[in-house]
Amino acid sequence: MSAAKKVAVLKGGRSLERQVSLRSGAHAQEALARLGHDLVALDVGPELVAQLHAAEPDAAFIALHGPDGEDGTVQALLEAIGVPYTGSGPAACMCCTDKVLAKHLMRGAGIPTPEFHSFREAAIKELGAAAAVADVEAKIGFPLVVKPASQGSALGVKFARTSEQLPGAMVGAFSYDEMILIERYVKGRDLAVSVLDGDASSSRARQRGASEKPDRANAVALPVVEAVPREEDFYDYESRYQIGMTTFVCPADLGAETTARAQELALEVYELLGCHGVARVDLMLDGDSGELWVLETNVVPGMTETSLLPQAADAAGIGFDELVARVLASAWTR
Amino acid sequence: MDRSISGTGDGRGARPTAHELARYEALFAARTRSMKSSAMREMMALTERPDVISLAGGLPDTSTFAPELYAKLMSQVAAESTARALQYGPTEGMASAVDCIVEVMAAEGTTVDPDEVIVTTGGQQVIDLVCKALIDPGDVIVAEAPTYPGAVPTFGAYQAEVAQIEMDGDGMPIDELESTLDRLQAEGRRPKFIYTIPNFQNPGGVTMSLARRRRLVEVARERELLVLEDNPYGLLRYEGEPLPTLYSLDAEAVGRGPAADLVIYLGTFSKILSPGLRLGWAVAPRPVLEKLNLGKQGADLCSSPVTQLFVAAYFQEHDAHGDAAWREYVERLKDLYRRRRDVMLEALEEHFGEDARWTRPQGGLFIWATLDERIDTTDLLALARKSQGVAFVPGRAAYMDGRSGSSSMRLNFAGVPDQDIREGIRRIGKVVREQVGLFGTLTGAPPAQAEGEAKRADGPGTDASIGLADVVALPRRDRERSARRRQDR
Repeated sequence: MSAAKKVAVLKGGRSLERQVSLRSGAHAQEALARLGHDLVALDVGPELVAQLHAAEPDAAFIALHGPDGEDGTVQALLEAIGVPYTGSGPAACMCCTDKVLAKHLMRGAGIPTPEFHSFREAAIKELGAAAAVADVEAKIGFPLVVKPASQGSALGVKFARTSEQLPGAMVGAFSYDEMILIERYVKGRDLAVSVLDGDASSSRARQRGASEKPDRANAVALPVVEAVPREEDFYDYESRYQIGMTTFVCPADLGAETTARAQELALEVYELLGCHGVARVDLMLDGDSGELWVLETNVVPGMTETSLLPQAADAAGIGFDELVARVLASAWTR
Repeated sequence: MDRSISGTGDGRGARPTAHELARYEALFAARTRSMKSSAMREMMALTERPDVISLAGGLPDTSTFAPELYAKLMSQVAAESTARALQYGPTEGMASAVDCIVEVMAAEGTTVDPDEVIVTTGGQQVIDLVCKALIDPGDVIVAEAPTYPGAVPTFGAYQAEVAQIEMDGDGMPIDELESTLDRLQAEGRRPKFIYTIPNFQNPGGVTMSLARRRRLVEVARERELLVLEDNPYGLLRYEGEPLPTLYSLDAEAVGRGPAADLVIYLGTFSKILSPGLRLGWAVAPRPVLEKLNLGKQGADLCSSPVTQLFVAAYFQEHDAHGDAAWREYVERLKDLYRRRRDVMLEALEEHFGEDARWTRPQGGLFIWATLDERIDTTDLLALARKSQGVAFVPGRAAYMDGRSGSSSMRLNFAGVPDQDIREGIRRIGKVVREQVGLFGTLTGAPPAQAEGEAKRADGPGTDASIGLADVVALPRRDRERSARRRQDR
């Protein structure tokens, strides 16, 4: 494993998170270069497969966020052409990208996730689903959050405080996805727990058959990161996630019990959704009840200078180069 | 993974850690917090792709400039002014370029003293230098609503607070300006300057009336406030009589020759020649000019002598009739852009629904369209880009708070071929109808119009402007006129 590998870094693409992806990719590339690997940087586009065929890399390092890179499309493509790749496989990618599916799975497994209902645009148009919106309102109550099922960035995430605001929020969210999620708004603290597969050098995973699930005991939850908005505007997701508008605290000041519970939940979700290599689980800590709620899981967490995963790893004594090395190792431990 | 690998650096320094990032955070100036990148701006970066019809740019059409002339002028500069072109130039600009600026200003009907001109690196630098010279954190700039999207990050970077005044069809209402100034004064806040684009405003597309120009200059004089008059498109007037610049009205009020007292004028070669040259200018009262000059020394020492010499050579060009080539070129651009404006106006009538309104600019590059108030054009852009391959500037980009103007959009007609204008507007109209239809379904309102039905514009119930964003009124008579035109065919 210590030998230099030829690594294709997949970044950019056409998603709305293209810019973040380019920064993640560039940052990871620097580390991979320092680790002594040969690099091929690929801005993902129509030439992707041809470029991969030509480059014949030992592995692909996926630094793509949003559709294609995070929803299993690129992963399935890499399996088709036999290139090992970092992170989760197609099935886990599909589960995590589809917030609705992920929430159904979590609810089924008894993992706390805020109450929700989903709507397809086609059902609104063809099945009279609009008439069901009032039922959902009554069940969930205001304020509520409307999200596109698969959009990873803050775009399209809307608050509705009243019935009158809901149609606008829904139409806005439908601009990004054919399926949307209406979710109870949990007011409280915004937490993220990154999960990383264990130190590959001590892993027996490689000796086991490739079809076996990775050993869960080998995955570790990193210290909890809290995102603290600088401005107390809880109803503006966009400014909340803009660089400079939010301060990140790691490890979050939570107390041992809550920290342990958040990490335990993150590991449960990681296993439930079949993640591999690395993932970031986002949670809310209810300000009133102290309950933890899992919102969603990101299978390709950001790797930029200010991203949460590198901060959490750093707090755990895992430097950025080591983090990248471990993510890269996940390409061969599937 | 062998841990020793992470210790073998390649000489590019140690890995950045979160602790180090925290150290940088402590080193960053407070103003960088307001220099934020937004999801909307990142999305707009995606529209700059060949497969997207983009009506989002602020572009003139540089493909209209004769390649032979460009080649000739560049070789002339290279051959005749090698050393000067390759050397630093004076901070205030080269005399030969300033002569051209005086000529352009004369064409705008404004006499200027060459000693009160500073050549800048694009008009954008003037906005930056004026803020640098005038704005302390928390100072107030009064601007139009909507305002130039490119000024928004500059104002933010200097930590200015911006009071935006909603325009109507005659530009900024001066009584609104006065009550805003009164309110600011009562709050003990300090307005430093009023930022206005009086001609064919970007993005609003409206022109400030003569009466308001006069009154604005009076108000500035009464209150000792500076005015930054941003006039990139003044010469690109497609109809109507040119109006005097604020600069000339101020100079007239002072009555001491051409010099103005409180107006800083911003001009540029970007729209009448080329934005690639990066050449603009300011004309300003001497004390302000000195500060702009000092600011420019710190920013870039001087603007490029290569492009200044290019402009100087270009302004020497005359055709067989003895007419200046630059003026001929502006005339050609005007013919081209006028036609494209009309193509866009027609397309809007055909494809935008009843609830939409838009401005009918007498010049410039942009139309500002305001849709059904329930539509958020930032979301609409995401959908339009993805499902239709078309882009525009969402209205929010023209507001400091990033929230207002959410149902409006800026459309560029100047830099886009006719067929792309028609197709682009058709595609946007299609997405708008889809969204309005979805609203109808969700709220139980009647279904949306089918494509083409918008043509029957003047039936009952079309006066549905109540409750719509109050930017500028659609000139309904134009709609009627072209509806008649269609019937005539």
